[in-house]
Amino acid sequence: MTNPDMVNGPGQAGLPPVKGGMPGLGPSRWRRRAKSVGGVAVSLVLTLLGLLLVTFIIGRVMPIDPVLKVVGERATQAQYDAAYQAMGLDRPLWDQFLRYMAEVLRGDFGRSISTGHPVVEDLKRVFPATFELALLGTLIGVFVGVPLGVIAAAQRGGWIDQIARVVALVGYSMPIFWLGLMGLLLFYGILGWVGGPGRQGIIFDGFVPTVTGMILVDSLIARDWAAFRDAFSHIILPASLLGYFSLAYISRMTRSFMLEQLSAEYITTARVKGLSEWRVIWGHAFRNIFVPLITVIALSFGSLLEGSVLTEIVFSWPGIGQYITKALLAGDMNAVLGGTVLIGTCFVALNLISDILYRVLDPRAK
Amino acid sequence: MTDTLLSVSNLRVSFPTRSGVFEAVRGVSFDLGRERLGVVGESGSGKSMTGRAILGLVRPPGKVTAGRLELNGQSILNLPEKQMRAIRGSRISMVMQDPKFSLNPVMTVGQQIMESYRLHSGQSGRAAREKALGMLHAVQIRDPERVFDAYPHEVSGGMGQRIMIAMMLAPDPQILIADEPTSALDVSVRNEVLRIMDKLVSDRGMGLIFISHDLNLVAQFCDRVLIMYAGRVVEELAAKDLHNARHPYTRGLLESLPRLDHAVERLSVLERQDGWRDEIRPNGA
Repeated sequence: MTNPDMVNGPGQAGLPPVKGGMPGLGPSRWRRRAKSVGGVAVSLVLTLLGLLLVTFIIGRVMPIDPVLKVVGERATQAQYDAAYQAMGLDRPLWDQFLRYMAEVLRGDFGRSISTGHPVVEDLKRVFPATFELALLGTLIGVFVGVPLGVIAAAQRGGWIDQIARVVALVGYSMPIFWLGLMGLLLFYGILGWVGGPGRQGIIFDGFVPTVTGMILVDSLIARDWAAFRDAFSHIILPASLLGYFSLAYISRMTRSFMLEQLSAEYITTARVKGLSEWRVIWGHAFRNIFVPLITVIALSFGSLLEGSVLTEIVFSWPGIGQYITKALLAGDMNAVLGGTVLIGTCFVALNLISDILYRVLDPRAK
Repeated sequence: MTDTLLSVSNLRVSFPTRSGVFEAVRGVSFDLGRERLGVVGESGSGKSMTGRAILGLVRPPGKVTAGRLELNGQSILNLPEKQMRAIRGSRISMVMQDPKFSLNPVMTVGQQIMESYRLHSGQSGRAAREKALGMLHAVQIRDPERVFDAYPHEVSGGMGQRIMIAMMLAPDPQILIADEPTSALDVSVRNEVLRIMDKLVSDRGMGLIFISHDLNLVAQFCDRVLIMYAGRVVEELAAKDLHNARHPYTRGLLESLPRLDHAVERLSVLERQDGWRDEIRPNGA
């Protein structure tokens, strides 16, 4: 710092003066983040509004007469008209939409025709079952798929890469119901290692008090280890199956993200520094794939939440996929719309969470 | 040239391809003392690959062979990766072309500088922080504390390259390979970066291999120049004698540059002859 002409040297131009609101440094970084979170919140509300509008329109254009479903086929015209008015179908569409929104905001999706319960009650029962399964499946997919993808990229063309390729190919191309049936046949029927279809064995059914609706969690809360072991033996096979499919996807994506990073110049820099290969891969390259990786994981989790209908049917898993499918076949529009709104909200929430994670994990995200 | 830091003879780098073996470097020989050695050539002439081969950074299936590759009289040719890692960064280091790509975007500048220093010196985090701030100061960054916590995208190109120099010199290597260190920079900051690098390198009595395609820059900046063509050194001469170069390729390179001191109607187009690929260099080696 002896050279006076350095003070205004052109090389210093990259960092604006401290008081001028340094981009990305100091407290202003947090202010900017707060502002962008506010922007995200606005877009969130708009998205949810759009979701409600779409489900409302679907409910109105579906060629299913909701009144007929309520009053039955033998009702008189007078009964039909009374129900028609009671349901508010004689009012203008915008009015109906506002009433629909108000009901949804109160958490009222109406009554399901096929189960006879309020839709909300039904969703409270079936959604945790799907959530539990999807979460465990995604965890398996992440904790196996990500390391597999990273190692496959690091040893490109090596034997681990080849194995990962075959594993992913099988995962992409096998029909899940077939794998599910074969899994049940082998691990339940022949080996007897796991519990059969359903979430619990008969003796444990309804034994654990419901807190979250996820039996693994509830049995932990109740400290009922036998129930936990039983629930685990039931969930592990379908969860592994879903995990396998998300693993196939996650490992392929991880591999391609890593290959891109490993050819970057900063990886050469890290090697020039004399870092170990382990450090180069996990300390440098891996940290750079967080953002795309989170997107992939969130998408994969979202698609499992949507209800893997085939898996739920093969394993008699009382989840949301099965619930909505049955409701759709029965023309039970309240249940279908309620389930759709719930899943849509989950997608929006997942997007929000991954958006927040981007900001936390990548300093370049503005 | 009082003592030889690095001695290279008949260095070859080859890559197997579908149509046979491609030789990127075909028998390069030179000695490096505590001096600034320029390596000039067109892209594809093997100058960068020479630098990478010295550092042991040619990845399989690329193959490096040499009659001699010695650092302080000790062979470093195809050392086991573990021993090579102890040399990389701590005894030979490299500055690359574009700091936008050669700095890790998700680590702070400070973390990146401390990383190599801690690895090779075994110092504590506190000492490493001091060292990193000292290095940032040494490359004339005005506010080291602030830059220490900045991310690479928050600094300019010229500053990024100075950070790169600070990072690579922190473990006190004996040799620095600078691979086109100013090609990605504005002309306005180029000289400043060069001046800083030159001062640090000569103060520490280091050897510098300056890889560039810019003949004028090399002539001003270096002591000695190697001209490479098609993976070979076609001419070696003192930088001050560059304008008296005898080899037709070097002459061609010089004549294809615009001149300020007299008008040239048409710049000559660089001509290449296949015969240069395999001729024996007149001054031996």
